Amino acid sequence: MIQLEQLTWKVAGRTILADVSVAIPSNTYAVLMGATGCGKTTLLEILCGLRQPTSGRMLLDGVDVTHLEPRERGIGYVPQDLALFPGLRVREQIGFAPKLRGVPPEELNQRVNRLAEQFGIVPLLNRLPDMLSGGEKQRVALARALAAQPKLLLLDEPLSALDESMRAEAVALLQKVQQDHALTVLHVTHSSSEAAMLGQMHLRMAGGRLEVESKP
Amino acid sequence: MRLNRSNLCWLVLALITAAYLLFWALLLGATASYSTPESWLKVLMSPEIRHATWLSLVTCSLAAGFALLLAVPVGYLMSRREFRGKSWLDAALDIPIILPPLVVGLCLLIFFQTQIGKIIENGVHKGDWIYILRSLDDHGKELWAWKFRAPFSIPGIMQFTYQIAGVVLAQFVVAAAFAIRTMRGTFQHLSARPEDVALTLGCTRFQALWHVALPAARRGMVAAFCIAWARSLGEFGPILVFAGATRMKTEVLPTTVWLELSVGNLEAAVAVSLFMVLLAVLVLVVVRATGEKV
Repeated sequence: MIQLEQLTWKVAGRTILADVSVAIPSNTYAVLMGATGCGKTTLLEILCGLRQPTSGRMLLDGVDVTHLEPRERGIGYVPQDLALFPGLRVREQIGFAPKLRGVPPEELNQRVNRLAEQFGIVPLLNRLPDMLSGGEKQRVALARALAAQPKLLLLDEPLSALDESMRAEAVALLQKVQQDHALTVLHVTHSSSEAAMLGQMHLRMAGGRLEVESKP
Repeated sequence: MRLNRSNLCWLVLALITAAYLLFWALLLGATASYSTPESWLKVLMSPEIRHATWLSLVTCSLAAGFALLLAVPVGYLMSRREFRGKSWLDAALDIPIILPPLVVGLCLLIFFQTQIGKIIENGVHKGDWIYILRSLDDHGKELWAWKFRAPFSIPGIMQFTYQIAGVVLAQFVVAAAFAIRTMRGTFQHLSARPEDVALTLGCTRFQALWHVALPAARRGMVAAFCIAWARSLGEFGPILVFAGATRMKTEVLPTTVWLELSVGNLEAAVAVSLFMVLLAVLVLVVVRATGEKV
């Protein structure tokens, strides 16, 4: 369960997020929609700890994580541009988080291979990001985030770079990933069809305020 | 091709560019044709010039290495963080670029005459006076001083003034400013997003810099090293003032050109100058190959 309690973020006297309060139950796929520039990405950045809110707090499974560093929160983040690490091969990208945590090499390899199989990217394991298509990059970014075994996964328009034919496949993949890993997902999108296909809970942001349109 | 107004404009611009390049080609051509390759070789093989060449290569590499070690953290800070007074700090970092080279040398020379400079060179014994500020009259008598006694002995680090270490320091002071500028540009061109993601994957900020930003910035680091190296190679004023121009001791290639010119040996000055042009072209090729802009 993720709970946001009156989260507010102001910059240069402007209120970007105003008293955002919501509770997303565990294992729920929540979809957040809203106009460009309404603060969706800012909200995700606050949730994963890249920005500190001006006021309010955030609880993850009942624990206040508002002032924890990003690495202490157990939240996975896939930004819109996917942000793969330049110069690291796919195997290193997926193994990045487990290696940081000192997972033994054998277990690390198993975890990387298991995720690579799940995402259908085994043949890409030795490739650099420059040698991947948009769809392949998206799969690698998801696998990299899941390798850290997060409790909550934040997705910022992860399908925006894909064409229509690949989008349907990606939607099915996201649904499967959420179910297989028993994840709570907060997915930002502009696409109503994407939201309808994926969302168990629908949220809308407008004028810095968050409204719950439907609950699971 | 019809010569319309647009084409005429491009033609004029191309002619200006060509005239400038031709001017440089004439300069280098005239210098190269001043003497024969045999006499260049003879000059370059003389013990003094070989020593100056060796010293230049070593000191430039050290200065560029130190400059890069400084440029990476400073460039990263300046490109990634917003803070009060950043524009002032940004301007201050460029001071060595705009200062006249002789002034840089003079600043170094004077700094090593101060108490801090003397402690760096010679250390201080327990109980000796350490002056923070001091005012003397015309006869050298102390008027007032803000001073304290050293609570323990501090060993000196090394001698810089008129020493080889002084050559490296004089080169480093100017080269570092160019390396910082290059690294700042490199990090600004790299998205900060992968580092943000690395933080969510378990990295500290240092680990994100080490594992994500630095591998991505390696071409910029090569370029920064080469630019710092090239600037160090051409450094003359600060070295002359701070490290001197002692033959077989602190003489580097630009000093050689000056020393040979001062005794009227134009042939030797030309040979060394052409050698430096060759080195500069090599550096430029490496920098261009990395894809970074100088």
